[in-house]
Amino acid sequence: MLSIERVGRRFPGGTEALRDVSLNLSSGDFVALLGPSGCGKSTLLRLIAGLDQPDSGRLVWDEGHEPTPGEIGFVFQDATLLPWATAEENVYLPLRLRGVSRAEAAPRLRDALARVGLEQFAKARPRQLSGGMRMRVSIARALVTRPRILLMDEPFAALDEFTRHKLQADLLALWEAIGCTVVFVTHSIYEAAYLARRIVLMTPRPGRIASERVSPLPHGHSRLDPAYATLVAEITAAMEQALGPADEPRGPQDQAGAAGHVRDVRSCGGEGPA
Amino acid sequence: MRREPLALRAAPLLFGLLALVLWEGAVRIFDVPVYLVPGPIAIVGAFLADPGGLLLSLASTLLVTFVALAVAAVLGAALAIAMATSRLAQAAIQPWAVVLQVTPIVAIAPLIIVWVGDPFTSLVVCATIVAFFPVFANTASGLAAAAPELADLFRLYGAGRWRTMTLLRLPAALPHFLTGLRISGGLALVGAVVAEFVAGSGGFASGLAYRILEAGYRLEIARMFAALVLLSLAGIAINAGLGWIGRLLLRRRGDSAA
Repeated sequence: MLSIERVGRRFPGGTEALRDVSLNLSSGDFVALLGPSGCGKSTLLRLIAGLDQPDSGRLVWDEGHEPTPGEIGFVFQDATLLPWATAEENVYLPLRLRGVSRAEAAPRLRDALARVGLEQFAKARPRQLSGGMRMRVSIARALVTRPRILLMDEPFAALDEFTRHKLQADLLALWEAIGCTVVFVTHSIYEAAYLARRIVLMTPRPGRIASERVSPLPHGHSRLDPAYATLVAEITAAMEQALGPADEPRGPQDQAGAAGHVRDVRSCGGEGPA
Repeated sequence: MRREPLALRAAPLLFGLLALVLWEGAVRIFDVPVYLVPGPIAIVGAFLADPGGLLLSLASTLLVTFVALAVAAVLGAALAIAMATSRLAQAAIQPWAVVLQVTPIVAIAPLIIVWVGDPFTSLVVCATIVAFFPVFANTASGLAAAAPELADLFRLYGAGRWRTMTLLRLPAALPHFLTGLRISGGLALVGAVVAEFVAGSGGFASGLAYRILEAGYRLEIARMFAALVLLSLAGIAINAGLGWIGRLLLRRRGDSAA
């Protein structure tokens, strides 16, 4: 649906955020952009959203069909809800901005909130909701326009581990039910391995794509699946290789720790039928 | 909502009462003449001797205060919005707002009184100048306070300037505006009194500041104190009233129970 062709982006300060990035997104993909801070993954997401423009290269949408407002859903790291509006009013916002009346929108608001399990909380204000619930409202808001592509910028990074696991599982179920394209930015190898069908590794300064991996995990896989551990280990190894000596200098302790970690995960994965 | 324990709420009242009792006691024990330091009872007596005159003066000062506060609120909010809408307007307005803020009102009040002519209007102009800045500066910072991600979201859904202003920036600025309004409320009273002092002999002899001057000339110190107490009470009432209105508005909107 979208082909990103040799895109580059340099910020006014001189920082080169992206260099020569090419990527194809097919309809129904679930792509994780994985990399450390500063590798330009959020910049890439903003370029796809049209919130920023590339300095070089181009983005080519299917048959020149540029997405109209509402065909792109965006979920930020913070829930970024209007604090004075109820959950329902927050979900209504994208439709309201496109001139849909409240009455016309009502069934879609109910549906969107139900999809994220918050139909009971339609009248709640953000401050009355937990961090995980606020993020669910944010996801419902992104889905209410029935976007072709859903862009997510480290949406679960600020949540606790248990809430994150629950939201990840729910997101996968949602994606399988809706079937829209998802581009998910994360710096967590575990998250990328669990969620995505395609994992794109990015390296920093300047941000570029190092390698790509297609997930071998079946739909409805579990975190306990040995194949998941193997995938995590493979991505970890690829990441270590890609970051290489150009990475920030690390203490000998850290390096030993990281290497040991890779071995551990690999041996764990090796025992399974991967 | 959580309530403070009774002792904490009663503490300022009790402390004030204690101070009054000590004051009255000291004045009596040391036999201080009433034209130097009158005791609380003498002050109440001075008020009761002419309650109508003092309250009428209070009303006159309050009228100036409220008109000035209203003008400052409208003008401050309008200019802040203009600044948020246009960088040109921002460049044009901001330095002058600071000039207005740093110029002592006592220094320009005589000029304003001469220029404007009409006493009431000149008092309002002076008080407005004093009250303008907090509401202006707070509204301006509130309009810029909305999360940049939310601004991105509005752009993503193709919202124009108008919608972004009415649905995002203005609601985000409301708490800031109310904070500014509360500060400006107190300052409007200060501005009104200062302007009355300067204009005092200029013919518009009806405000509380004029009563204070007049009582001073006549060495009616108790009456002077009575006028002062009225001013303080008015200041406290304005502050509390604006605070209450602000909390009410924000709570109705569902903001955090401030």
